[in-house]
Amino acid sequence: MNTHDQDHKQALMKKLLQEALPPVGGDTELEHDLWPAMLMRLDAQPTATVSSGWTWLNGAWFDRALAAGLVVLAVLFPASIPVLLYYL
Amino acid sequence: MQNESSSVLNEFCRGSIDAFETLFRQYQHLVYSWILRIVRDPATAEDLTIETFWRIHQAHARFEPVQGFEGWARSIATRAALDWLRARRAEGEQTAEVCAELAAPAEADAAVTAEIRLKTALAFQHLPPKLRIAATLAVIEEQPQKDVAAALGISIAAVKVRVFRALRLLRKNLEKQGIRP
Repeated sequence: MNTHDQDHKQALMKKLLQEALPPVGGDTELEHDLWPAMLMRLDAQPTATVSSGWTWLNGAWFDRALAAGLVVLAVLFPASIPVLLYYL
Repeated sequence: MQNESSSVLNEFCRGSIDAFETLFRQYQHLVYSWILRIVRDPATAEDLTIETFWRIHQAHARFEPVQGFEGWARSIATRAALDWLRARRAEGEQTAEVCAELAAPAEADAAVTAEIRLKTALAFQHLPPKLRIAATLAVIEEQPQKDVAAALGISIAAVKVRVFRALRLLRKNLEKQGIRP
């Protein structure tokens, strides 16, 4: 398949996608002020900014374990780096 | 005016809630419309606008006034929308309501049937969120590639690659269903 065919297929795909999902475009006006809802959110979680020192136990530990696993994988199997980058 | 806005940004960095309110009122429309382009649902876009400004509020100490508020807010909004797309994908996306909104655009090609549009929309929703968000902003919403790149925190070349991969995956998916665009 040459580059011209590839470009043509991409152009057709773009057109089909735009017809399937028309742009939201100019119809994006916010109908009301969100500040009252924002205030409620701020009032509801006033302590969220205070770190307890144990927050890593609450959920971030999984992210850290996953990151550590990926580093170990990359060190032990350098050939896997392009595959990891592809899926990032 | 410049001094006024720079003073608001400096106050915001120091954690002033008044400065935060000023920025919220000034940028809520921009953030909302950017998110709406990605998630295509007004109620979700409102929730994510609040979530975005919550993250902005939490990160006020890390904000550098010289980098400008608009781009920073847009990149945080994009991340919030991306998180939402990922969570929705993990939960098994509910596509019916989105598909119900798939009215044919005024200038729709008569050869493209409603069924093809529906299958295309469904296939698009199954793309990886990172590819989907790039294609949504760059192809469907036709936003400038430099804005998309800045919002996603990647280069313009990387945006082009993601759009290319998104369209290729979409085409392959449709071809499996017997649709040859």
